[in-house]
Amino acid sequence: MESLSGLMQGFGIALQPQNLLWCFVGTFMGTAIGVLPGIGPALTIALLLPVTVYIEPTAAFIMFAGIFYGAMYGGSTTSILLNTPGESGSMMTALEGNKMARKGRGAAALCTAAIGSFVAGTIGTVLLTFLAPPIAELAFYFRPPDYFALMLLAFLSVSVVMGTSKVRGFISLFIGLSLGVIGIDKAGGMQRVTFGVPDLMDGVEMTVVLVSLFAIGELLYVASRYGKQTPNLNPLAGGIWMTKEDWKRSWKPWLRGAGFGFPIGALPAGGAEIPTFLSYTVERKLTKHPEEFGHGAIEGVAGPEAANNAAAAGVLVPLLTLGLPTSATAAILLAAFQNYGLQPGPQLFINSGDLVWGLIASLYVGNLMLLVLNLPLAGLWVRLLFVPRPYLYAGILIFSLVGIWGVSNSWVDLAMMFGVGVLGYVMRVYDFPIAPVLIGLILGPMAEQQLRRALQAQQGDILALVSTPLSATLMAVALAVVVVPAALQWRRSRKIEPLP
Amino acid sequence: MIRTMFTAAAALSLSGLAAFAEPAVVMAPGGAGGGYDATARLPLEAMQKDGIFTDGANYTNKGGAGGTIGLTEFVGANTGNDNAIMSMGVIMVGGILLNNSTVTLDDVTPLVRLTNDTGVIAVAPDSPIQSVDDLVAAMKADIGAVSISGGSSGGVDHITMALIAKNIGLDPAALNYIPYDSGAESVTAVGGGAVVLAVSGVSEFKPMADAGRIKIIAVTSEGRVDGIDAPSLTEAGIPVVTGNWRGIVGAGGMSDAGKAMWIDRFTKMHEGQAWKDTLALQGWEDAFLAGDDFAAFLEQEKELTAAVLKEVGLIQ
Repeated sequence: MESLSGLMQGFGIALQPQNLLWCFVGTFMGTAIGVLPGIGPALTIALLLPVTVYIEPTAAFIMFAGIFYGAMYGGSTTSILLNTPGESGSMMTALEGNKMARKGRGAAALCTAAIGSFVAGTIGTVLLTFLAPPIAELAFYFRPPDYFALMLLAFLSVSVVMGTSKVRGFISLFIGLSLGVIGIDKAGGMQRVTFGVPDLMDGVEMTVVLVSLFAIGELLYVASRYGKQTPNLNPLAGGIWMTKEDWKRSWKPWLRGAGFGFPIGALPAGGAEIPTFLSYTVERKLTKHPEEFGHGAIEGVAGPEAANNAAAAGVLVPLLTLGLPTSATAAILLAAFQNYGLQPGPQLFINSGDLVWGLIASLYVGNLMLLVLNLPLAGLWVRLLFVPRPYLYAGILIFSLVGIWGVSNSWVDLAMMFGVGVLGYVMRVYDFPIAPVLIGLILGPMAEQQLRRALQAQQGDILALVSTPLSATLMAVALAVVVVPAALQWRRSRKIEPLP
Repeated sequence: MIRTMFTAAAALSLSGLAAFAEPAVVMAPGGAGGGYDATARLPLEAMQKDGIFTDGANYTNKGGAGGTIGLTEFVGANTGNDNAIMSMGVIMVGGILLNNSTVTLDDVTPLVRLTNDTGVIAVAPDSPIQSVDDLVAAMKADIGAVSISGGSSGGVDHITMALIAKNIGLDPAALNYIPYDSGAESVTAVGGGAVVLAVSGVSEFKPMADAGRIKIIAVTSEGRVDGIDAPSLTEAGIPVVTGNWRGIVGAGGMSDAGKAMWIDRFTKMHEGQAWKDTLALQGWEDAFLAGDDFAAFLEQEKELTAAVLKEVGLIQ
């Protein structure tokens, strides 16, 4: 009940007109940077840090929270409409979302993404309000073997995004894994395939590959097919709103997505990507319309979008309760706290209750604001597709280049962008799925690191990998993901076989 | 693009204050919000506030490979420029050796050391190791069983542990050192029992120790640290003193006049109120050391780091 009264007090602060204004500024900026490829919330908040000197802490954090949530919303828009996700967390949204847009159902996809983000963001915020301290304990509970098992599970379940041909899917996955080994090996300090280029020492920047494969690859593909384009489909053919059927198919994925996103987001090595992979996989397995997956299934948009927003709320749990920053954005928020001489942690709730509860209340307000901002815009955004393609894609190219340059000011990244962009084009032409490349690149290095930590801590004992109850359980589930479908198929094929 | 706009805006607003002034060229060899970034920006902000140097600055962030990528760019673009400075620190000393960087700190002009973050050695509150003596005994019994989490491989945390091992007669190469990307991951690893020991800076671990999540058993400064109930390693019988220090270097080939000018500015800044406020706000230890003293200290750090990294087996 203490939380409830704190929250009420927080609403009193968040609903003050000037704080509402900061909240609006934040959500608006967040949406804008989410739409732009490459520029993420971490960079934006870092650039705004000097501003914190001039405004009071509560207002600044309310604005930052808006940016943080807004970026997750914005990312889905370009994923769905243009097949060019701006953040890795919205990559899975592009898979089904863009197919929906191509069938004229872009508005419905945007709506389910917006409402799903709202629902999951609100669930995440409620959990943050009432359950933050116990959930933060997860950070201490998870050990390297648990992380490794979780990542292995994510790996094994990606086969569902591999499209029609498993061989092509695995080739894509291995391209991603090989990109992932580039750079200094963190455990041993050895350089791997850097060819003496200093810019490669820290590895291949994930955003570069994400933007190049999707945006540049798509652009080259569209350009090469421009002449023999079939007449354009009306992007509004499917209406500007969700149908009753859409609602029915969306609400469960929203809830399940939130269930994956929040706890994994709260883990130090969790992130927003793994929950979106898992959510997509689960929705694909549970759907009553498996034939639609790969051609624009609404569940495939609703689940991952909910998951990435819930993960964003999850990230705030260890930050506020323990003072542990678990992502780049959280680290910068921590720096902002310190700028005001505040130390996040259990004491923060006691010493600066106004600020914390104001911040949490503004998350509710910001979430609602984003919904109000984005739902009416869905119909408007879709009209973006009426823009003649040469102009539209030229714009995407410019924004991508600026975004990638902004990430690290490195010409090597720009050169790589074109190389990977051409790869993306070739993959499209020969029908290789794109998503496994990114999954390999994201999960590969993470899994390697956790595997080596787990083994090293136990001096190479392989049993360390199943040494905790959680790791053993996750490993068993991972094994089942592979074995059960294969076993079922084998049984089925035996039944059909005629007796000799 | 946004960054350029910000810098341009800052430059514009400042050019109004001081006509004809030339802003300083400042390189932060790390990402926005990190340690090198703060070490680059905050001193100049303090100078601005105290009216010591008010011509503004153009900042460039270029992170990666322990700061060596930023160093390479800084040296390439600014050699001979009296107006160009860069933040750096002990991590860069190690980074240059580990990455075989062709550009080294011999290509820049040492100016000042500004701050230090003393190291701490921490265990889980219920760990069987509760003191430095326990730690020495455990390491002597089975060095591999004492898993250690800390910053990057070959970084200052790793060097601290290597020096301890060497001091008690063990082979530093046998350490079971597991690098963690962030203090957050490292603190949960030791607090949750995934590793036996964690090494990090006071600033990162003290709040966690105050909250009872971890127990600090030693600090790496010469004497004790206020507010931490643990002896220094020296006090506990192991004469090892390390710290994550940061400072400022000028461009290579900086003229003597340019060097004197910057040292004078930093010395004045160090005496001013604005810098004292900054130190307090950031929780930084003052470790001011200017000019030749800093250059001599830097040489010593380079030699020590190279020797330790060889013994650990990270460089040839």
